[in-house]
Amino acid sequence: MSQPIIVSASPHVHSDRTSKKLMYDVVIALIPAFLVSLYVFGIGALIVTAAAVISCLVFEYLIQKYLLKSEITVGDGSALITGILLAFNLPSGIPIWMIVVGSLVAIGIGKLSFGGLGFNIFNPALVGRVFLLISFPVQMTTWPTAVENQTALADAVTGATPLGVIKEGLMFGETMSEIGSRIPSAIDMLLGITGGSIGEMSAIALLIGGIYLIIRKVITWHIPITMLVTMAVMTGIFWLVDGEHYASPVIHILSGGALLGAFFMATDLVTSPMTKKGMIIFAIGIGVITVIIRLFGAYPEGVSFAILIMNAFVPLINTYFKPRRFGSKIKVKIV
Amino acid sequence: MLKTFPKGGIHPPENKITSSIGIKRMTVPKVVNVPIAQHIGIPAEIVVDRKDKVEIGQIIAKSGGFVSSNIHSPVAGTVTKIDQIIDTSGYKKQCIVIRTDAKNEANFEEVTYPLLKEIKLEPKEIIQRISDFGIVGLGGATFPSQVKLNVKEGTKLDCLIINGVECEPYLTADHRLMLEKAEEIVVGIKILMKALHLKKAVIGIENNKKDAISIFKNIIKKEDGIQVAALQVKYPQGGEKQLVKAILGREVPKNGLPLDVGVIVHNVGTIFAIYEAIQHTKPLTERVVTVTGKHLETPSNFWVKIGTPIKDLIAEVGGLPEGTRKLVNGGPMMGKAIKNTDVPVTKGTSGILVISEDEASRGKSENCIRCGECVSVCPMGLEPHLLMNLSEKGMYEKASNEDIMTCIECGSCSYVCPSNRPLLDYIRFGKNIVKKLQTSKN
Repeated sequence: MSQPIIVSASPHVHSDRTSKKLMYDVVIALIPAFLVSLYVFGIGALIVTAAAVISCLVFEYLIQKYLLKSEITVGDGSALITGILLAFNLPSGIPIWMIVVGSLVAIGIGKLSFGGLGFNIFNPALVGRVFLLISFPVQMTTWPTAVENQTALADAVTGATPLGVIKEGLMFGETMSEIGSRIPSAIDMLLGITGGSIGEMSAIALLIGGIYLIIRKVITWHIPITMLVTMAVMTGIFWLVDGEHYASPVIHILSGGALLGAFFMATDLVTSPMTKKGMIIFAIGIGVITVIIRLFGAYPEGVSFAILIMNAFVPLINTYFKPRRFGSKIKVKIV
Repeated sequence: MLKTFPKGGIHPPENKITSSIGIKRMTVPKVVNVPIAQHIGIPAEIVVDRKDKVEIGQIIAKSGGFVSSNIHSPVAGTVTKIDQIIDTSGYKKQCIVIRTDAKNEANFEEVTYPLLKEIKLEPKEIIQRISDFGIVGLGGATFPSQVKLNVKEGTKLDCLIINGVECEPYLTADHRLMLEKAEEIVVGIKILMKALHLKKAVIGIENNKKDAISIFKNIIKKEDGIQVAALQVKYPQGGEKQLVKAILGREVPKNGLPLDVGVIVHNVGTIFAIYEAIQHTKPLTERVVTVTGKHLETPSNFWVKIGTPIKDLIAEVGGLPEGTRKLVNGGPMMGKAIKNTDVPVTKGTSGILVISEDEASRGKSENCIRCGECVSVCPMGLEPHLLMNLSEKGMYEKASNEDIMTCIECGSCSYVCPSNRPLLDYIRFGKNIVKKLQTSKN
């Protein structure tokens, strides 16, 4: 025996799951949505995504190397995901310098200031996104019309998101049936022929990615399904009571960041609860807050805010919603 | 639907390489090192001296107290010394070293006992015999069996569970024993049912051992009160509390025993040892050991005399292969890594696992990404990430409040952690300190 015998405590085997594999599974799951965005927005989507990814990776490297002088973890895939998710929450055509600023906030403030991967309380990509939304509201809500070489889609891609159109219409006293003609059909929203941020275009692409994540056991159904059901139930009640002033649950689920948020942002492992019970509470919270913002808030869309608000509750949820300890509730009948 | 425990559990690769290999008798070792602390509890007291001649089955160390066990000589030979020898714990422990008498034929006789079904002993005598003959739990815990069987008057008890789960990957000792000695095991079960005045016994077997399940199903057709439960393949199905829950749906209370829910659990190996002790007056001096590993020449199951040095077992399967980096006494999930191959086989040794380079090292521990996987696999409903954190920070009282002491150390959390965090290492560390704090308080 050339090499010494290793003595370590059990277990002596390990599953082949690694953090890196989980991260790259998320990246793979985002590919369908990215392809749709390329199709709809053309090169613009590529530029935004590339800018966000590169600046996230570079900032992580620079901050870890020169500011924190800590171990460099650029390769673990988490900064890559933050970059992609940030880009997916931006409109195509946003100035590149804003993307760089957003990435710096996402990585620097959202993640590394808390201690790096695993210690951040808020979803870094959303921290970056919301920072940009509040700082540059005009650019962040200027949705580009279709690219010139894809004239076939020119009619479909509107200048505002469906939720934006609805909010504006209702504010001016229109009813849903009057607004209805100006928002894309449910089929168009499923396919991605609508306006919005890069990654939230096609419901189908996001669903494919989400199902992939569930099959690969990176996430469980608890957060996305609970969140979407909560949204559907809540918007459904309003819609049934007054269909002229409230959009249908179908529109709410398929438009905006609902699916992107449900499958990719709310399920972020680091910033979501650890137990299934906790996940359900967390997801209900996100659903409720999202609907409240969408229906009664100043912004047409509220998924980002809802997730960030619920992120803040995660430590509390983890403290109060613990798994049931084995043997803590006993009722036994011995014959 | 196969029965199983409700929460947690993992599915590590089974790697039961030796499941179709019959149990062979190990060559009788030239020297045996018999430790006097092979069971949980008080070590036995040595009753032989240097140069004493001993016979097979002669008591060489007497039970040292209530929770203790007799130890019998596995060979006929001469006591050469009483020495300190490193055992599986890694510490030096007192051992009786016996040189086998090469001329004594008793050592090499292969005794085959006929199946004896009639149980002549009375309940009290059965328990006394089990105590005298050094029977301990052969599943690995090595708890002296008579202590489990000494049920206080008035205790409600209605079921005996036989643990034939063997959920540890690689190990096949119990599986082979069930295949080869099923009739004897059923008699053993009836002995215990008689001793405990029980009308019901259930044999729990994981569904990856369908051959064993069908053998038992055939035999018990003629028996009253004995059932076979096929269980879902899931680790740690063989954990005592998980097994009781799976079979009867009863949950053993926190810090409690199966007895609290009217159940006694025994391993199949123990049942067979009890059969031999009662029906053939044979003390516990040998057991089945699986010697296995992906790169071994001839991984096998052996009848091994207690005290046989592990190096003898390894020589028997073709020696250590090139690139061996780890030796484990037991299975890969809960076994103990050993360094020294002079370590003897004890009553608790169910297998020797040889692990090579590619699987021996642990991955680098990274930040916890809070994925919650450890929480969802924990069969005891604990939060391993939290317990590790609390132990690491020295917050033992908090860890105790978070039920750290109920951890069964199955290792599922460390197994699944995608960041390779040493969860169980820290939990064990925390448990040790909490235990010390608790005893110092009392």
